[in-house]
Amino acid sequence: MAEKIATRAAYGEALIELGAQNDKVVVLDADLANATQTAKFQKAYPDRHYNMGIAESNLVSVSAGMSTMGLIPFCSTFAMFGAGRAYEQVRNSVAYPHFNVKLCMTHAGVSVGEDGGSHQAIEDLALMRVIPGMTVIVPADAKEAKKAVFALAELEGPAYLRLARLASPVFEEDYPFEIGKANVMREGPDAAIFTCGLMVSECLEAAKLLEADGIRVSVINVHTIKPIDADCVTEYAQKCGKVITVEEHSVIGGLGDAVADVLMGKVACKFKKLGVNDRFGQSGKAEDVLREYRLTAGQIAEDIKAAL
Amino acid sequence: MTTQELEKFCAAVRRDIINMTADAGSGHPGGSLSAVELMSAAFCTQMRVDPKNPHDPDRDRFVLSKGHASPCYYGVLGELGFFAKEEFKNFRQLHAILQGHPDVKKVPGVDASTGSLGQGVSIAVGMALGAKHLKKDTRVFAMCGDGEAQEGQLWEAFMSAAHYKLDNLTVLFDNNGLQIDGSNEEVMSLGDLPAKLRAFGFDLIELADGNDIAAVVEALARPAVPGKPRCILAHTLKGKGVSFMENQVGWHGKAPNEEQRVAALAELEGM
Repeated sequence: MAEKIATRAAYGEALIELGAQNDKVVVLDADLANATQTAKFQKAYPDRHYNMGIAESNLVSVSAGMSTMGLIPFCSTFAMFGAGRAYEQVRNSVAYPHFNVKLCMTHAGVSVGEDGGSHQAIEDLALMRVIPGMTVIVPADAKEAKKAVFALAELEGPAYLRLARLASPVFEEDYPFEIGKANVMREGPDAAIFTCGLMVSECLEAAKLLEADGIRVSVINVHTIKPIDADCVTEYAQKCGKVITVEEHSVIGGLGDAVADVLMGKVACKFKKLGVNDRFGQSGKAEDVLREYRLTAGQIAEDIKAAL
Repeated sequence: MTTQELEKFCAAVRRDIINMTADAGSGHPGGSLSAVELMSAAFCTQMRVDPKNPHDPDRDRFVLSKGHASPCYYGVLGELGFFAKEEFKNFRQLHAILQGHPDVKKVPGVDASTGSLGQGVSIAVGMALGAKHLKKDTRVFAMCGDGEAQEGQLWEAFMSAAHYKLDNLTVLFDNNGLQIDGSNEEVMSLGDLPAKLRAFGFDLIELADGNDIAAVVEALARPAVPGKPRCILAHTLKGKGVSFMENQVGWHGKAPNEEQRVAALAELEGM
């Protein structure tokens, strides 16, 4: 895991390739094309990229309208504005009619860093997950982000893709990607660690640290939060008897709750959610902010150990 | 259609509005009655749509941004044969295709799910932009209300329509002057609407009487100004056609009872 690439950068690259293959793909942005990386697509296909200005409500509803003409709009801005500010447009313009819009939002989570809590979406998964018919995906690395973009173009209906600002490790192994199918990254009998996004690599590091202490855990990359891979979640919870979820999101409403929903009343197991504990984010270097919220490998290992 | 035929069509739609809201015991008759001429003229004299092929990819599009005027929309679509008029009786009932606000998944002829104000015009902008992108000659009609103009998103939509030079978009602005809590002036004054709409880049046509079918037809028939979206700012009468509903705030979201239904239909028979 030497190379580090942000999932947003992979998104920008993937759009160019996808654009070459599928002429129905158009991209909409709200004056953040350089940050979301859709500027790469704009450069390659200037007549297929629409900047809607700093008007996210309109951005989302216009994307809905374009999809009805048979186009596949990839709609991008920061997660805070796309999932937050324009929430009701996502709900009513896009999801209620089940229109084919791909909401690809970057700068999610506290790893945004310096911009601070106003720009760190820690509730976007909760907001998107609760909408009927919405597919919700959080890629773990650049390779998975690229695969997710191609998979979403083939999926009919609304989808939310959560992307990060921070460059993060790219896995050497080339894992398969199928929407709704979790990837088991590491096997171990002592606990099942369900995680997603940037926390996957942190959890894999944490698993190594735990192994040094004689604790062997399974690490499962739940890249699709909805529809969640209930079979895999159930199987590993039963097998390990102890479940810990780790996410760069509020512990309320995100991956942890999605996993809990699968297990509740079905599997008797120890259960602990790690994530942002009902607090807002704040400014700082991304690494420092992640440490403040106990989302680094060493801290995760400590907290897993304490929970077992 | 001749003017006389259109007048008959409009009268039929008005009766549908009264019957639908009376049967349902709820709904929005006031802003439906004000919109009848605008919507009927668009569908009957301008739009290329086929009730037997409602999903034709080459059809023109209509978005009712003021989705609470659904009784008018359903009346127009039902009279044109997009669905059986028996559906009127099920308006707002469980499992009905005619939901309280238009649902694109349920009603043939409806192109977007609307009702949350401000969003429909943006959706229409997306359709018009999509048509331009695909080099299709599709025309898009969107109807908004004046209370709706208090939503910031409406102005975002207008700004983007001008920016992308959407001369295939016509906004029908139903300016009846009233909203749920009172007049626009009392609730949140809209200021100089014609000046604002011109400043936002519209080719603006102002109609002193938006319930004058001949005037609406004439306005809609004018050739588009290349590079500019069009707005028809129509001064209309809320509750138009039913004397006791006309210009009454109280009839925004209240259904007529049986006695009122009979009285309203009696007035509309004469039209």
